[in-house]
Amino acid sequence: MSTQEDVLTMSRDRIASAQVEGIRKTAIHCYEDIPFYHRSFDEAGFDPYAIRDLDDLRRAPFVTKQDLRDNYPYDMVGVPRGDVKEIHMSSGTTGVATVAAYTEADLRAWAECFSRAFRFAGVGADDVCQICYGYGLFTGGLGAHYGSLRSGATVIPISAGNTERQIRVLREMGTTVLECTPSYAMHIADTALAMGIDPSKEFSLKVGIHGAEAFSDNFRHELERKLDYKVLDIYGLTETGGPGLAVECLEQDGLHIAEDHFYCEVIDPATGEVLPDGEWGELVVTTLDREASPVVRYRTRDITRILPGECPCGCTHRRIDRLQGRTDDMLIIRGVNVFPSQIENVMKTFEQVSSWYQIELTTKNYLDVATLKVEANPDFDIDSTGAIEELQRQIQGALKTALSVGIRVRLVEPMSISRSEGKAKRIVDLREENLK
Amino acid sequence: MIDQLTVFLENSEGRLAKLCRDIAAAGIDMKALTIADTPEYGVVRIVCDDALRARDYLDEKGYRAMVTKVAAIEVPNRPGGLAELLGVLDDLDIPVEYGYCFSTSGDRAVDILKIRVPAEASKAVFKLEEAGFRVLTQAEL
Repeated sequence: MSTQEDVLTMSRDRIASAQVEGIRKTAIHCYEDIPFYHRSFDEAGFDPYAIRDLDDLRRAPFVTKQDLRDNYPYDMVGVPRGDVKEIHMSSGTTGVATVAAYTEADLRAWAECFSRAFRFAGVGADDVCQICYGYGLFTGGLGAHYGSLRSGATVIPISAGNTERQIRVLREMGTTVLECTPSYAMHIADTALAMGIDPSKEFSLKVGIHGAEAFSDNFRHELERKLDYKVLDIYGLTETGGPGLAVECLEQDGLHIAEDHFYCEVIDPATGEVLPDGEWGELVVTTLDREASPVVRYRTRDITRILPGECPCGCTHRRIDRLQGRTDDMLIIRGVNVFPSQIENVMKTFEQVSSWYQIELTTKNYLDVATLKVEANPDFDIDSTGAIEELQRQIQGALKTALSVGIRVRLVEPMSISRSEGKAKRIVDLREENLK
Repeated sequence: MIDQLTVFLENSEGRLAKLCRDIAAAGIDMKALTIADTPEYGVVRIVCDDALRARDYLDEKGYRAMVTKVAAIEVPNRPGGLAELLGVLDDLDIPVEYGYCFSTSGDRAVDILKIRVPAEASKAVFKLEEAGFRVLTQAEL
């Protein structure tokens, strides 16, 4: 068995040949053990046994989130139930979640992938990792936990919330590695400052591993200035086994794909054609060694590109650029996935408002602020400010219950929500702009 | 009771000016205007010569406009005029949602009151008249 250093600096030729082998193994595993793939490969005339090089994969059909949902709960699991050791689920709060199942080997590989962030950052036995991702079905919490344990560091599994306690622990336990969403890191920094604590002096942080949300370079610089540490991005999604698919090195110029566990393509989301390196498109992922929840050409709907060229850090695994949003309308508000359909379902229960709505996303004190603009129906009593306020409060409460995230509700004039071709522009995302 | 025009406006620059231009374009004559404002929106309440026509016109222009029944009461234009009027309603425990006033000539003023519970409005009007106030119709404005 090769050591980890060997894996990360393996020659491109060796990586590519190992990837062909992994793709072939995974495609055959899917074909033989998961009826969905058997059908879809047959329908596409794709023979997994005929895979000889990376280009052969391009003939394989894509698999989508909907396919995974349609096969909820166990139909996409490729091993006997007894071999499944752990299950995680996507955070979709209505409709059907997608399932990520792990065998013992899958859990080991996950920990290994996540721990590369620590390898890159030079984190080891002398470090203290404070994990404030939420623990539970969300892959962030336990993914960070397993990855941190593997690095040899001391782990403080504090989970999310109670910011003042987070700050106390950061200060008193000598935490060197902070693991949470980037917006929560900023919230911790600002809360500490408000409490009269200067985190750049009183914390001992070396590095922050901040995933699950996109963030700008300016945001990163602001975090690094306030907390006096290095911020590294980490990427992954439930459907490919959680965070660790790609992690940033100290160069902070793209995220190295764990190419011994995943094969990534970037496609034109409209045509499905594979794009050359450097071009922006939708990331498509094939797992190379997952046993319980393998995927072949999973369409992530995340927009990125393969960064051409070698990374000065010496790691030979290709890099993807920082994520540039998603191909569909899914929103991530303070780390919580929100689908417009969920909002529509809530709106349907209020006969006082029309179905036209718009979500405006802005940033205040480095946290996402979501505002839902709604129009009152013609028979709603707009003469009463009390009635208007009460309606806004009620919708706000219902949204909070349904989405687990706070959204402000504002009644607006009719036609003030821009419509084009009979469709409202549902999302106005002003978050990045506010950071510039 | 008279018809009041109510318009829901976003609290942003130029909205009120545009509303007034549109009302002028319709040939509607405003007698009074008051705004209940919040940082995000305002509720504009207008007494005018033809609230129904104004509402239809504004509806077509894409506004959220409605007509609300309010009481228009003539009070003597002197200190304590409004206090006496409100005293009558207070004694009857009839809550008023909002009110505003405008003077139409030297010695009399008109107060507009929205009685919170519509069912109590006619009782309020009856009692006010009994107390000697003149409750105006649309034509008497």
